Amino acid sequence: MKLSGLGGRLYRGETSLDIIGGRKKWYLLSTLFILLSMFTLGTKGVELSIEFKGGSSFTVTTPSGTIDQAREAVTKAGYLEELRIQTIGEDKIRIQTGVIEQSLSNAIQDSLAQQFAVSIESIDTQNVGPSWGEEISRKALQGLIAFLVIIMIYLALAFEPKMAVAAIVALIHDVLITVGIYALVGFEVSPSTVIGFLTILGYSLYDTVVVFDKVRENTRSITATGRYTYSQATNLAVNQTIVRSLNTSLIALLPVAAILFVGAGLLGAGTLKDLSLALFIGLIAGTYSSIFIASPVLVQLREREPAIKALNQRVMARGGGSATPSQRIQHKRDKRKNRS
Amino acid sequence: MSYAGSQRNSGDAKKSNPARTLSVTLLLTAVLAGVALAVGATTINLGLDLRGGTSVTLQPRVQDGDSGQVTVEAIDQAVSIIRQRVDSLGVAESEVTAEGTGTNRQIVIAVPGETGRRIVDLVGQTAELRFRQVVVEAQSVPSENDAALIEGLNLSPEELSQFNNLNCTTFDSNAVVDKPEALLVTCDRSGVVRYILAPAQVVGRDVRGATAAIDPQSAQGWYVSLDFTGDGTKKFGELTQAVVNLPQPQNQVAIVLDGVVVSAPRINEAILGGQAQITGSFTQLEAQDLANVLKYGSLPLAFDRGEVQQVSPTLGSDQLRAGLLAGGLGMLLVILYSIFYYRALSLVVIGSLALAAAQVLLSLVLLTKGVGYTLTLAGIAGTIVAIGVTADSFIVYFERIRDEMREGKPLRVAVETGWQRARRTIVVADLVSGISAIVLYIVSVGSVRGFAFTLGLTTIIDLIVIFFFTKPLVSLLARAKYFQKGSRYSGVSPKSVGMIKEPILAEVKS
Repeated sequence: MKLSGLGGRLYRGETSLDIIGGRKKWYLLSTLFILLSMFTLGTKGVELSIEFKGGSSFTVTTPSGTIDQAREAVTKAGYLEELRIQTIGEDKIRIQTGVIEQSLSNAIQDSLAQQFAVSIESIDTQNVGPSWGEEISRKALQGLIAFLVIIMIYLALAFEPKMAVAAIVALIHDVLITVGIYALVGFEVSPSTVIGFLTILGYSLYDTVVVFDKVRENTRSITATGRYTYSQATNLAVNQTIVRSLNTSLIALLPVAAILFVGAGLLGAGTLKDLSLALFIGLIAGTYSSIFIASPVLVQLREREPAIKALNQRVMARGGGSATPSQRIQHKRDKRKNRS
Repeated sequence: MSYAGSQRNSGDAKKSNPARTLSVTLLLTAVLAGVALAVGATTINLGLDLRGGTSVTLQPRVQDGDSGQVTVEAIDQAVSIIRQRVDSLGVAESEVTAEGTGTNRQIVIAVPGETGRRIVDLVGQTAELRFRQVVVEAQSVPSENDAALIEGLNLSPEELSQFNNLNCTTFDSNAVVDKPEALLVTCDRSGVVRYILAPAQVVGRDVRGATAAIDPQSAQGWYVSLDFTGDGTKKFGELTQAVVNLPQPQNQVAIVLDGVVVSAPRINEAILGGQAQITGSFTQLEAQDLANVLKYGSLPLAFDRGEVQQVSPTLGSDQLRAGLLAGGLGMLLVILYSIFYYRALSLVVIGSLALAAAQVLLSLVLLTKGVGYTLTLAGIAGTIVAIGVTADSFIVYFERIRDEMREGKPLRVAVETGWQRARRTIVVADLVSGISAIVLYIVSVGSVRGFAFTLGLTTIIDLIVIFFFTKPLVSLLARAKYFQKGSRYSGVSPKSVGMIKEPILAEVKS
């Protein structure tokens, strides 16, 4: 139970990670990563699935068939343009073509069925028209905007407006990083991936909400007691919630990892893999940002306020600023007094 | 802060009776299960991606300048016509629904089983039927003979260039603009003849009924027999009368379906009986499908097949298995983690997850029965992801209890005060999760909607379970000696909480 022992030490402030103080490091790290992401996105772009580009995909189950046989069958059916053929799992071959007419799709099905001696019905087929992608892209964008606006309003009402801003900054950070990783690694982006992205937004906020709840509690009567600077109180809150944050993220990651494992391992590709991969990457980014980005940004926003500025000066003048263990115990006593 | 006040009141455990809340929750769940059984709701509808089948999403084709055609009424009418066509196949549990709002509506057709290609052809057709006199008949690709054929026809420049550029071997039937009052330049079905056709004189509205038939005496095979309305009979009679004595090919009447010539028979005598036949070396299925399409009338709009998906039953059952396996694995991992981290308290986690799972299952079964809910692979993924959300709430609560104990509170008090604080975080976090589910549901199309739906459903169930099961259960356990003593494997031992001293027993007595 070392970890939970650590939780206790972090809670009392015996062990303290200086997260707010080190913010320049985290900002730099994230900025570098985001710049790299944006650069890759600008130069290479993301690999879009046929749902976005339009096109057809055929999946044949054949234990012994080869990619060359598949290519031959498709060519025979009269499709001569660019093809993408890959093997999936142990006994499947997937062929992707550009946008084709329904009749050509039927011809390719027939030809594949003949080549691999399977029935037409056993070939999994997907045909996507050229304008389909625009439709779902537009919907995804609408969803993103609607989501951001609603959440912003909600968080501003439930917490403080500045917390809403900080939470949204962390959220945009997560989306940029996740998209960047997709561009960098070349994972395919399908509608399921987009759904995954949108879900991450909810998750990223969930984490931030847990941390901010504690920040608010610790900083509620901060100007009255004048014992801590805003930054110190926030840092304590982050330290107090860090075990909880890691725990909730880890436990949220477990089922997602199970989907990813089963989806990628058993099915090879499709809804499960796309969705869980996006969630997996986004969850990790979300945990990072709720600790290392959201809270420092909040502190920076709040420290511009005159009341907080005055508080910080008062604490500094009294020789505070470096919270000693005795002060922490004093703080604990205050809190106990406040509650009972 | 309003909740600071209520904290003191309800922090007093005497006011609430955890045992009663617990039993009421369990009882209600059991009653719900009884209701489900009583109304015969025992199965969940599986989506096509879980059992195999074909789904087609149709998007209205908006032609330049007439986007006003895509109205709600037109889409509704199209849905009902397509539903009749699909029903004519006699496949149980087929679904035809309109999704989306306003002019962005799409029609989604889902048919289980192995009807694949037939469905795709059947639902996508506009089925605009027209009878036109043949003006010119030419070979499939433009040639130097063309000039002689169109001599003296007085074609407009566009019609001329259409005819001169039309290549029937690479013909795209979607590109044909078939206006009844104008000449039509087009090809036949098999792409071997180019036609110039006169304005339409008889149209689909003039047809009353259509049936597929075969004449065993003749070699023409399956054909579709048409019955005209009174008005149609008269118009068709006039048309055939007018062309019967003209030279070849003007004595032919082309039967044009969605801008493509199905057949162009020569008229040997005027047909006045109000009946006609469409021949064209059809198979039985083709003839039956064409008859059905004509019988139910044409769609008020042209549609493009936005997405067509054919899932084989093998892939369907693979996906179902994978979904269930992932769910089981995810649940197992979460339980193992909570046993490792929370020891005996993990009993609460396991119990709560089991209850949540039972309630999700019950809801889906009842929704299947009540509103025809269909579970898709994405829907299963939503419930699995929600295991994490549900477990998150426990952690927020348990960690709060530990925080309170670190402040020196005894377990029984920590359980109550910790709840007051955790409750808020849990509600706020679940609301965020709920909002994202609602937004996702509204903006997503097709099967991914299922993900948002189950995510939203499980978020609500999470709230119910944690308020009316987890919390009272923890309150009850907190009365047990085993937990109060902070026993080694209780999950609230001084060591695992990380307290400096061990004030628990002392303060319980005071």
